[in-house]
Amino acid sequence: MNALLLAAEGEAQPPLIPYIDELVIGLIAFVIVFGFLAKKLVPNINKVLEERREAIEGGIEKAESAQIEAQSVLEQYKAQLAEARHEAARLRQEATEQGTAIIQEMKAEGQRQREEIVAAGHTQIQADRKAAAASLRQDVGKLATDLAGKLVGESLTDTARQSRTIDRFLDELEEKAEAVR
Amino acid sequence: MSADQTLAFDPDCQIFTGCGFPAPGLHTFIYEPIATWGSFELTKPMLLAVLSSVVVVGFFWAAFRKPKLVPGKMQMVGEAGYDFVRRGIVYEIIGKKDGEKYVPFMVSMFFLVWMMNLWSIIPLAQFPVTSLIAFPAALALIVYVLWVSLTFKKHGFVGGWKNITGYDKSLGPILPLVVVLEFFSNLIIRPFTHAVRLFANMFAGHLLIVMFSLASWYLLNGIGVVYAATSFVMVLVMTAFELFIQAVQAYVFVLLACNYVQGALSEHH
Repeated sequence: MNALLLAAEGEAQPPLIPYIDELVIGLIAFVIVFGFLAKKLVPNINKVLEERREAIEGGIEKAESAQIEAQSVLEQYKAQLAEARHEAARLRQEATEQGTAIIQEMKAEGQRQREEIVAAGHTQIQADRKAAAASLRQDVGKLATDLAGKLVGESLTDTARQSRTIDRFLDELEEKAEAVR
Repeated sequence: MSADQTLAFDPDCQIFTGCGFPAPGLHTFIYEPIATWGSFELTKPMLLAVLSSVVVVGFFWAAFRKPKLVPGKMQMVGEAGYDFVRRGIVYEIIGKKDGEKYVPFMVSMFFLVWMMNLWSIIPLAQFPVTSLIAFPAALALIVYVLWVSLTFKKHGFVGGWKNITGYDKSLGPILPLVVVLEFFSNLIIRPFTHAVRLFANMFAGHLLIVMFSLASWYLLNGIGVVYAATSFVMVLVMTAFELFIQAVQAYVFVLLACNYVQGALSEHH
């Protein structure tokens, strides 16, 4: 069956004239292949190729988005850090200022209190001195009159004169003390 | 079998036995029918043509029936072939946007032609189906119908004729000459050369292989052994060469088909 046949020369058709039967078979052969490929197989593979492309691009996109996110997080972090530093600097500045202000205030307060205390002391001393002087004057006068009465031998009953005399004496004493001071 | 029909591989016909060299010729391409239904006679080339379809469909069926995102071996090979035609030919010539629609057509065409050519060196078949003008003519006819109908669909009746005849007012006085030439060149010569280019290549290739094969046996007698060996080496060389030519011719056939489609779709011819 496989044997090549040597046909008689006369039977050979000119090689460029197609046999219609073969032509039809050729057309059918193509239609079969095209039918299967166009209807089912090419759409099949195109779908998968598209899916694969998307899968690959999806992966790339995912990686890109992750990178972008990382970048933004980094920037955010840097910004936060910078802000925190700024804030810290600001707080420190504020604290320093506040501290200075407080110290100033405290100093002023201390000064004021000191002055108050000193003033109060002065007043007290003045009052005490006055009271002491008054009581001393009385006591000294009494002692002096008592002593003088004893010395004179008589009771100096004239209180008015007596007190004048005492006062004069004491004033003299004070003057002397002033002069000495 | 009549007396003037003899087996080409008649084992008794060798040099120095008084038998002439059974040179191959046009008769090499004629087969007796295998089966007959009414007036239809099935011959070996017809059977091979149908088998080509079966093989191509079978291959792509195995490769692309249930394609996976991560391809298996079969699918990988199928994808390589598919991508070769799609990117290597269709996208290159027609462009990605316009060409996508014609990918199934061109892939079918390429692999069918290639398979029809391949039978040439497949043992037992050993006959390129495309070395019979009817088969290239059928395929060229399909391409012809495709691009001509595309031309008129795209440009309308008048525009279609302008596209085919290369009508361009700026040509001036030589316009009539160009129109006539282009008309013949595109509409009449083009399908003819398209078919004959494939046919002639496969025809010649087959003739050479057959001739060296016959000579290898014919010369295998006495001193002729040396020449028989040379001839046999030529069989091997030609077979390898044919393997290359078969792929190239399938490629060229589809490349031209794409060119014609691209010409039909383009604004300026």
